[in-house]
Amino acid sequence: MSLPSSLLDLTLAEAREAIRLRKISSRELTSAFVTAVEGARSLNAFITETPDKAFEMAEESDRRVAAGSARALEGLPLAIKDLFCTKGVRTTAGSNILSNFVPPYEATVTQNLWDSGAVMLGKTNMDEFAMGSSNETSHFGPVINPWRARNSNQNLVPGGSSGGSSSAVAAHLCLAATGTDTGGSIRQPAAVTGTVGLKPTYGRCSRWGVVAFASSLDQAGPMTRTVRDAAVLLKVMASVDTKDSTSVDAPIPDYEGALENGVKGLRIGVPKEYRIEGAPPEIDSLWARGAEWLKAQGAEVVDVSLPHTKYALPAYYIVAPAEASSNLARYDGVRYGHRAARTEDVIDLYERSRAEGFGAEVQRRILIGTYVLSAGYYDAYYARAQKLRTLIARDFTNVFATCDAILTPATPGPAFAIGAKTADPVSMYLNDVFTVTVNLAGLPGLAVPAGLTGNGLPLGLQIVGKAFDEETVLRVGRAIEVAADFHAKPAAWWRAA
Amino acid sequence: MSATVQRQRSNLIEGSTGAWEIVIGMEVHAQVLSKAKLFSGASTAFGAEPNSQVSFVDAAMPGMLPVINRYCVEQAVRTGLGLKAKINHVSVFDRKNYFYPDLPAGYQISQYKNPIVGEGEIFIDLPGGETARVGIERLHLEQDAGKSLHDQHADHSFVDLNRAGVALMEIVSRPDMRSSEEAAAFLRKLRAILRYLGTCDGNMDEGSMRADVNVSVRRPGTELGTRCEIKNVNSMRFIAQAVEYEARRQIDILESGGTIRQETRLFDSKAGETRSMRSKEEAHDYRYFPDPDLLPLVLDEGWLKEIARNLPELPDEKKARFIREYGIGNYDASVLVTERELAGYYEELALGVDPKLAANWLNNEILGRLNRDGLEIADVPVSAAANNRILKLLADGTISGKIAKDVLDIVWRDGGDPAEIVRTRGLVQVSDTGAIEAAIDRVIAANPDKVEETKKKPKLAGWFVGQVMKETGGKANPQLVNALLKTRLGLPEEG
Repeated sequence: MSLPSSLLDLTLAEAREAIRLRKISSRELTSAFVTAVEGARSLNAFITETPDKAFEMAEESDRRVAAGSARALEGLPLAIKDLFCTKGVRTTAGSNILSNFVPPYEATVTQNLWDSGAVMLGKTNMDEFAMGSSNETSHFGPVINPWRARNSNQNLVPGGSSGGSSSAVAAHLCLAATGTDTGGSIRQPAAVTGTVGLKPTYGRCSRWGVVAFASSLDQAGPMTRTVRDAAVLLKVMASVDTKDSTSVDAPIPDYEGALENGVKGLRIGVPKEYRIEGAPPEIDSLWARGAEWLKAQGAEVVDVSLPHTKYALPAYYIVAPAEASSNLARYDGVRYGHRAARTEDVIDLYERSRAEGFGAEVQRRILIGTYVLSAGYYDAYYARAQKLRTLIARDFTNVFATCDAILTPATPGPAFAIGAKTADPVSMYLNDVFTVTVNLAGLPGLAVPAGLTGNGLPLGLQIVGKAFDEETVLRVGRAIEVAADFHAKPAAWWRAA
Repeated sequence: MSATVQRQRSNLIEGSTGAWEIVIGMEVHAQVLSKAKLFSGASTAFGAEPNSQVSFVDAAMPGMLPVINRYCVEQAVRTGLGLKAKINHVSVFDRKNYFYPDLPAGYQISQYKNPIVGEGEIFIDLPGGETARVGIERLHLEQDAGKSLHDQHADHSFVDLNRAGVALMEIVSRPDMRSSEEAAAFLRKLRAILRYLGTCDGNMDEGSMRADVNVSVRRPGTELGTRCEIKNVNSMRFIAQAVEYEARRQIDILESGGTIRQETRLFDSKAGETRSMRSKEEAHDYRYFPDPDLLPLVLDEGWLKEIARNLPELPDEKKARFIREYGIGNYDASVLVTERELAGYYEELALGVDPKLAANWLNNEILGRLNRDGLEIADVPVSAAANNRILKLLADGTISGKIAKDVLDIVWRDGGDPAEIVRTRGLVQVSDTGAIEAAIDRVIAANPDKVEETKKKPKLAGWFVGQVMKETGGKANPQLVNALLKTRLGLPEEG
């Protein structure tokens, strides 16, 4: 293999080979990324940088490589969303209430990564408690998308909630990053930053040690620059975990090995309900192009129907806040995290710690969640939302009786300007209209960059698969990637800043 | 044990305007006997240093997840089977949401709509040999909370989370009890069943069994009245006191034209009264919903059968068997089965001896001494086997009843083998007619005046028996002494 002009341009798979073949050391590679991270602080992609830890891990990796005992991700620098608890490293969930929290334990997913030799560059910025689609709800300030519209200096959002990760991957500040996805928080930011984001099947990756937002929907996954890199990372991140009762003991296949198997003979469903009014025409044309690409590679593309799609967003905004209102009750200022000063009594301690600790969007969702679970409202909201969830899942089951995967747009539009949607929560929530269905049904979904808008902003397509069939999802994603031949990169304007 | 037994006697209490009936239901929190907590591996040992038995899950650290403890589930199933209850093959854990400093997650994991155990029953013994059935509505598993400590610092409260996450069974009865005695009998019986099953140690002092008592009153034969729940009544004695006080309070209100407010009340054991804690309107909205961190609990039929197969014999069955096999009375049998250890002790004691004698010996001699020394049956200093040897020595006439008790006292105090003690101390009963007659002669010779008196008043023969026993060092066979004395004093055989 030949090395690119900059180590930062290596894909994860290429860097893996370069280290294995000892063309580069992990220390060299890590050093390049640490410098890149430091030079990109204007993007605000990281909440906590951990260069010392990175070099320590890189040196251990280099020793391993020298000893001939390299592991799957040996010496590969990654960025970790600040929702994963990392032992001895501050973990904030993007919130003031956890701004001083240092976990004495390591999340299962990140432990899997370190056990495979990966190197941690730092913790990425995110919407507070993963609630948001633009990374503007973070206590640590908004993240800037490295992409800008042609001939524009306007700062755009990197999507959310994994906006620090998407920005870091798109700006080549790391080889890859972890994200979490509750309603689209991996796929939507990946789509608007021209990167690849995979939300695995619910239960594929352990939730242990991941700060909970909505437990029945949360799932960790990889954010990368190529589909292959997503396959490589998922293999390591996935595991059944006795510490997470909802993790599933299903075989973890060789995703990478199956990538190039092509889509010949696969039936790909195109759901008519995903054509929405008011979406830019570029979205529909990109979607049509994606279908053509797959057809050209031998797939059969069929029209399908997911009739309950329109109920997904309302159902999601009942279920997720309900679970969140309960999950976030533990942040009370008593045992850890932010505690208000000089409080009168325990009620005052709760009220002020939480009022100071939580931002507006988190407070909004706690209020919604508390309301929908209240006596007299439970049946009208929560119980009905759960029924809708069953119907939405059944829609997918019906389609998957005859299809191998489903192709949809990933988002209703490209990255938007910072501040453009903060005044209207509902318009913000609409960003997840194509992704929440997948979480409600617990299925795997992949966002793959597929093209640019007229003014040069990336757009993505989404591939949805059967439960625990990430293999097919990645194969289809790879086919789109090959056909789209997406090699656009944002201009590195931030380095000058 | 057949269907509901109708109470023969009346439980009504008289008010100034007529008779009232007390209606009582109970919610009992029983701590599951398990080394580890319900959803974490932390220890449950009592009395440890504060916050020394707290896992990250118990402290509700970010990202921590509960994992169900299989053994606690097994214990709940075992209890359900012991209560002759329906075991639900699928049950669901819910979150009960409320803020409190000793509730780290801000919710308690409990079971709301779908408990692990459904309808069951308990039979309680009433005075006069009657039996009453108390229905069990449900049993569910839930986590205990921690403990707030308000007396450690002038202006701070502390929290001890050792108890947080410990498994509790909440056992809910039907409102089937009609007096404070029945309420106490219910709790005693439930405690006995739990202890037989080994699913709860029933230790009320350490808080491993706590009862909330629901009390209402009504005119006989009418609809149920409005109830008040009395929280955390933590001893058998207090239950009776709390019920009596509360019933009287409600009757007084109703008889003076008032109405009962549904509320939660607290029993103040020092004042012997109940006090209002919060009204129905002030009750929390717990916002129950299924815990998304836990899958529905699905029980395997084979596993349930295995648990059922290994269930011990329970008090009711044991009592019936004792009456049937040993021919002892209902009362004796009831006493003997109150504790599994006691019943086991009895069966060992009764091996090869008259079961009624064994029952009397245990109920009078052993329990009497335990009571005197403040000991439990588990701490009894003389084994059932040693007592069995004493009873055998008594039965074959080697020693007298009086000597038997003396031997028990010796072994109780100093230990040792009863037969050895009888031999070395020369306590063997004298059944040699000649020796006894010689002693009788000596006593008669020394007390001619008493002989005359006794001839007029035969009851005084007892005095002679005592003197002869004294003369023989207590070793003379009392029956023989009696018979020989009567002949010698010329008294009639009868009387």
